[in-house]
Amino acid sequence: MRIVFDRSACVGHNRCYLLAPALFDVDDEGYAVPLVSGTVPAELESAARLAADNCPEFAITLED
Amino acid sequence: MTDWSTDFDHTTDQWAARAPEIWRELRASCPVAHSDRFGGTWLPTRHRDVAAIAHDTEHFTSNSVIVADWRPEVPAPMGFAPPITSDPPFHEFARRLLLPAFAPKAIAVLEEPTRRFCAELLDDLLATGPEVDAAVGYAQHIPVRVIAHLLGVPPEDGDRFRRFIHRILERPGQAGPVDPSDLLTTYLDGVVADHRRAPRDDLVSYLIDLEVDGVRLSDEHVIGTIALLLIAGIDTTWSAIGASLWHLAQHPGDRERLVAEPELMTFAVEEFLRLYAPVTMARIVTRDTEIGGCPVTAGDWVLLPFPAANRDPEEFDDPERFVVDRERNRHAAFGLGIHRCLGSNLARLELRVAVEEWLRRVPDFELSAPESVRWSTGQVRGPRELPVRILGGG
Repeated sequence: MRIVFDRSACVGHNRCYLLAPALFDVDDEGYAVPLVSGTVPAELESAARLAADNCPEFAITLED
Repeated sequence: MTDWSTDFDHTTDQWAARAPEIWRELRASCPVAHSDRFGGTWLPTRHRDVAAIAHDTEHFTSNSVIVADWRPEVPAPMGFAPPITSDPPFHEFARRLLLPAFAPKAIAVLEEPTRRFCAELLDDLLATGPEVDAAVGYAQHIPVRVIAHLLGVPPEDGDRFRRFIHRILERPGQAGPVDPSDLLTTYLDGVVADHRRAPRDDLVSYLIDLEVDGVRLSDEHVIGTIALLLIAGIDTTWSAIGASLWHLAQHPGDRERLVAEPELMTFAVEEFLRLYAPVTMARIVTRDTEIGGCPVTAGDWVLLPFPAANRDPEEFDDPERFVVDRERNRHAAFGLGIHRCLGSNLARLELRVAVEEWLRRVPDFELSAPESVRWSTGQVRGPRELPVRILGGG
């Protein structure tokens, strides 16, 4: 699993940071900063799904 | 009987008493309702239509976000209360001045004072007996104290804040003549003058001192932004806290799960926000276009009912039901697009802490007079009177 993050769609809802802090940090203005660029570690796959399923702007998608 | 699809009025008690049912009926029968009131107003009820408008700054202006009989007095792109009333490109300038102060890590430091305010309010409230009003005695005071702390104004000014907000949001234009000394702008002139005399470490002094490329913000900008922080952060959060307690009073199973599994609170808070989203925004059409197939004309008002979008079955499974651990929840309680609620992290913190502290002291309670629960009118929805009975000896 890989995370595809669309920075232009992020408006700083911060849902990913709350649900998956191991995968997303936030910058000083509150925009998401992905922390994992390659394959998502198996133990974080469910957190990645939560982040994708709760982004109101559909800025996070997952690829196999 | 009122035909909500052609003659709705969201500022009436009749509407407020059953708004969620009205949204559901409209979504099924006439998903974009219209009213001639306020000079012509549209009400989309589907998530996709609300989302499309929120993302479209080409055809819709934020110049005024509260539907009323008058039109905005401070012109675009700034509007009266930047950045909520601002349009691109000025919007981004005004918003970026504030984003760092409201980012999650900056807001996290407010958890301790917020928890203390909640605990103090509960000490006072619970001393009055098992029959209390959870809105009047608890929910309404929490954001007032937090915002006063943030802005650096005396907490005793809370009653005045609530009066300004009632006039502006709940009965826009219907309050009758107001004594000039009791106007929000008169109050804010005083706050700014006081901070100029005695600068301190708070948001008002930050805005007064701010220089961008060597230029200070205009007085109009500073006053408007303080007005926004004061108005937008209070009855919205108070409504969300009150509605969440209204829900918990009627759902012992949800109370028990939250007490037994406090880690569920992360999901529960978002579910409260989804099902009881307090805020409906508004736009004005700037160029003729269409909403879900309905042609709209420049000058028309458009309401953006995020609470209705949050109950759309096309976007949410079993949307009318509260699911305490809902794992797929792209709710729009804080809006969508560039105007995403600036204070969302603060609102979320206050809601979580207010519910946690309430349940810690009051794990068991019920509505004592369900027929006396009164929901606010206008664009911010929440219980204004919420009588509850504390069970199990409190």
